Amino acid sequence: MPSETSQAKQNTGILLQAVDLSRKFDRRPIFKNVNFELRPASATAITGRNGSGKSTLIKIIANLLIQSSGKIDLYDGDTKVKKEAVYKYIGFVSPYLNLYDEFTGYENLKIVSDIRGYGHGNIDNVLKRVGLFNRKDDILKIYSSGMKQRLKIAFAILHDPQILLLDEPTSNLDLEGISVVDSIANEFKKDRILIIATNDPHERSLCDREININPDA
Amino acid sequence: MLKQALAICKKDFNSEIRTRYAINALLMFIIVVISVIKFSLGEDKISSEMNAGLLWIIIFFATSNGLSRVFVSEEERGTSLVLKLSADARSVFLGKLIFNTVLTFIINFLIIFLYIIITGLDIRNLALFSLTIGLGNLGLSAVMTIIAALISKASSKGTLYPVLSFPLLLPLLLASISATWLSIEGVPFGAIAGELQMIASYTVVVITASFLLFELVWND
Repeated sequence: MPSETSQAKQNTGILLQAVDLSRKFDRRPIFKNVNFELRPASATAITGRNGSGKSTLIKIIANLLIQSSGKIDLYDGDTKVKKEAVYKYIGFVSPYLNLYDEFTGYENLKIVSDIRGYGHGNIDNVLKRVGLFNRKDDILKIYSSGMKQRLKIAFAILHDPQILLLDEPTSNLDLEGISVVDSIANEFKKDRILIIATNDPHERSLCDREININPDA
Repeated sequence: MLKQALAICKKDFNSEIRTRYAINALLMFIIVVISVIKFSLGEDKISSEMNAGLLWIIIFFATSNGLSRVFVSEEERGTSLVLKLSADARSVFLGKLIFNTVLTFIINFLIIFLYIIITGLDIRNLALFSLTIGLGNLGLSAVMTIIAALISKASSKGTLYPVLSFPLLLPLLLASISATWLSIEGVPFGAIAGELQMIASYTVVVITASFLLFELVWND
């Protein structure tokens, strides 16, 4: 691994590197010794049976959870990205992520843009892309679960991240919504890092590589 | 960091205006408590020391009711991930601290205004009284904000909040009660300079420790 790390530091672009990553909950191991090295223009499916820790692993990659042992590092060119800055590189969609019900779709994205310190210029484009532009002024409370899922996708791609992490991205989506996910996934895997946690055959088909976190099963 | 914090604070105010989770509960609490005090006292006058104690009891329980919501509502609704994916931990803490501090000032202004009306409290050194309340509010909101972050991960949030915050706030409350009592009596600045220094130092220590600890609380 040291040689790979030094090689990574010499390259330009993004590198996501996990070494012997393990996570326990209350002393019970969820997954052990996960290793991978991901660069731009890659699409990776994280698979494993229910409860195997796919969502946990994707949270650790997004720096939303800390691993029990091992290490995970993100390099931008030859610079190691500080943990507190990882969020700038990440777009994240997951079933346990919720946006604010009391605001409209547009307001939610505006709030996020303000917090991230970006302008509002990209909001309409992203809403059009996920098919929510005509409903952008409705509050989330009256959105269907599919519409909320679309807004989560808009939230994930709004800042044009280098790494897109999708946890069961097509859940609750209709055929048109699934094609939106397909189009975004295909765009990201051209020049950025795409990771999908899934057991769904269609979502797996969007990826060209698979990490099975419990290969013994 | 400040820009991110202000955006988070603005979001919380807009959210509060739409949902009125904290404001409604706080207004009801303040009206009920002030009414109970009015009915209990009748036309009787109480000492400055009693007035100061009563005021801070109301302030403590009112803030216990309202300030925990900044983190508890984010955890309960699953929206904390939105913040974690949009800002660094320190900006989130600063944004929540600013929101809680402004909310504390609004709540306490209302409490003191109503308290003066119903008890006819005569404050002889208003400038010193305002300074004491202002500094006390800042310390109170700093402690309440970090405790709110801690308890938002626990299951019995309602009980934990006053139980955890009381021992931490005891030094602040004792100094604030003493300084409030003496300012009502109309003493000069020099007479309560020690209490004010203690409140200010306590607040600086709490805010510094909170900034150092918050990332650990927030990220796991």
